[in-house]
Amino acid sequence: MSLLEIEDLSVEFTSRRGVLRALDNVSLTLEAGEFLGMVGESGAGKSMTGNAILGLIDPPGKIVSGDIRLQGESIVKNPERIRGSHISMIFQDPLSSLNPLKTIGAQLIETIELHTPRRGTAARERAAELMTQIGVDADRLSAYPHQFSGGMRQRVVIALAMASEPEIIIADEPTTALDVSVQAQVLDLLREVCSAHGTSVILITHDMGVIGHWTDRVGVMYAGRLIEIGTTNDIIRSPRHPYTQGLIASTPTMDANVDTTLYQIPGNMPPLTAIPDGCAFNPRCPIAEDKCREVIPHLINDVACHLRSET
Amino acid sequence: MLSMIIRRIGQSILVLLIVALVAFSMFRFVGDPVSVMLGQEATETDREMLRERLGLNNSLLVQYGRFVGRALEGDFGVSYRTGESVAAMIADRAPATIELALFSGILATIFGITFGVITAINRKGFFSQFIMTTSLIGVSLPTFLIGVLLIWLFSVELGWLPSFGRSGVTQLGSWWHTSILTLEGIKSLILPAITLGLYQMTLIMRLVRAEMLEVLGQDYIRFARARGLPLRSIYFDHALKNTLVPVITIIGLQFGSIIAFSIITESVFQWPGLGLMFINAIYHVDIPVMSAYLVMVSIIFVAINLIVDILYLFIDPRIRDAANAGASE
Repeated sequence: MSLLEIEDLSVEFTSRRGVLRALDNVSLTLEAGEFLGMVGESGAGKSMTGNAILGLIDPPGKIVSGDIRLQGESIVKNPERIRGSHISMIFQDPLSSLNPLKTIGAQLIETIELHTPRRGTAARERAAELMTQIGVDADRLSAYPHQFSGGMRQRVVIALAMASEPEIIIADEPTTALDVSVQAQVLDLLREVCSAHGTSVILITHDMGVIGHWTDRVGVMYAGRLIEIGTTNDIIRSPRHPYTQGLIASTPTMDANVDTTLYQIPGNMPPLTAIPDGCAFNPRCPIAEDKCREVIPHLINDVACHLRSET
Repeated sequence: MLSMIIRRIGQSILVLLIVALVAFSMFRFVGDPVSVMLGQEATETDREMLRERLGLNNSLLVQYGRFVGRALEGDFGVSYRTGESVAAMIADRAPATIELALFSGILATIFGITFGVITAINRKGFFSQFIMTTSLIGVSLPTFLIGVLLIWLFSVELGWLPSFGRSGVTQLGSWWHTSILTLEGIKSLILPAITLGLYQMTLIMRLVRAEMLEVLGQDYIRFARARGLPLRSIYFDHALKNTLVPVITIIGLQFGSIIAFSIITESVFQWPGLGLMFINAIYHVDIPVMSAYLVMVSIIFVAINLIVDILYLFIDPRIRDAANAGASE
């Protein structure tokens, strides 16, 4: 049994233009202590997957089918039970993730008292300990968020996510809003803190560089579907799905010749209102056949492609 | 922070001096006090003597200085109409107005914030829709009509509450009298307070609702939810606090208007307060009363603004830091 199992999860939004399928039969598993990357373009369903796990999908969106299990127990019906305590989440923009009117200490202590038996002084000591772990002076518990830099704030956000000692942290583009030089520090910190506690991480990003450095396994999403999953090494060295191949080929590397033009996947990801029949990627796919335009490929041998599924 | 407060007090004093200048010039431009006081039959010598005695022959600046100096001592002269000291008239009537304004201001704030939060949290609910619709009435009906409607419903038809006047008044010490210590007094306060506060309540409610909707969409609210905080704490602690800066601004300004513009409500309910005194002063061109009222209202507005500015510093650490940074430059 894996720590987290997502099985055939579908999320739909009912709008005036009909029913939009934001997640379409997504299945994946997360092991204890594992760093799982989720990669894909904006709107591919990465964040939606994270929000679905925590039960944070805003109406009119809702989970229409499938199951999410934490340690074997379904959490779809009552996500409040695990939200923040067993699974916490970090958002993209650390500048706005913290309540501007409350001190860092107040926000930390509030979370600690909510999810652990520590109260009063014990909670305050734990908050100071967490601050030290993230490399921020414990004296700064009485500081307000606006007195911190972006990178510092994201460290505090990590401390807040760790405050409940969760099994899983979902990090939704945790460094996109930060300076490149700070990104690596924050991700290193996340890796370090989580490894120390055996916490699993789902790292949502669109940056293949981040995937390559900080994840063990990676799932690739496209138009609400999981189209390939595998170890980071396999995905980067030998991607099988034509979309993943395009994604890897279009990632700039340091040793590439400056004169070579970067590869681009032709076209754009379809909006949820206009997902083509069959494989969602078929209009942009260099190897698409008739079957790809008619039948939706399922994830077989960790890849959802009619032509690449056999080994 | 202290230097900012001192600077704001300095600005407030400047504003008050300018208002005092306007109040002072009323004496000069609205009729001639000498002919008002002596009547038409007086001789030129009498007029000249009175002019000299009132100091009207001194330069404008000297007269203005004397006006401000006396005002500081609480001396606004005597009423043309009754011959009473204006300061005493105000002191006599202020408790009625202040009590009415406080009562209706507190009602408006409590209900305004509560309804605002409820309608923001549960936007589509029946109760929210109902409140939002009825609040349109509060915004669009003129105050006197609301007052008359309330009198018709609760005094004439149901006979529950008195239709006018301030009854059950108890004297507290030598300078304050109150009507909230007797049941009769509270009864007479209810209708005027609702009439006076209804508009402010709807305004506060709509503002709180709009601010709450904005704040509830913020990332720190999402993050608070993701941390598993209970909804009660998210709504009332995290979200409401972040709406307070604009909300207390409006509450402060509205409280000023409640006092300043209680004229209509006091007329409708024959409430023996400052508004009624002021409207009588206008009928009789009682300049000293009018000018003292003007100065008093501006003092209230300036004081409330000052308090609101200081409250900002307590609510928002960013404003506090900006104030400190400004001071150290």
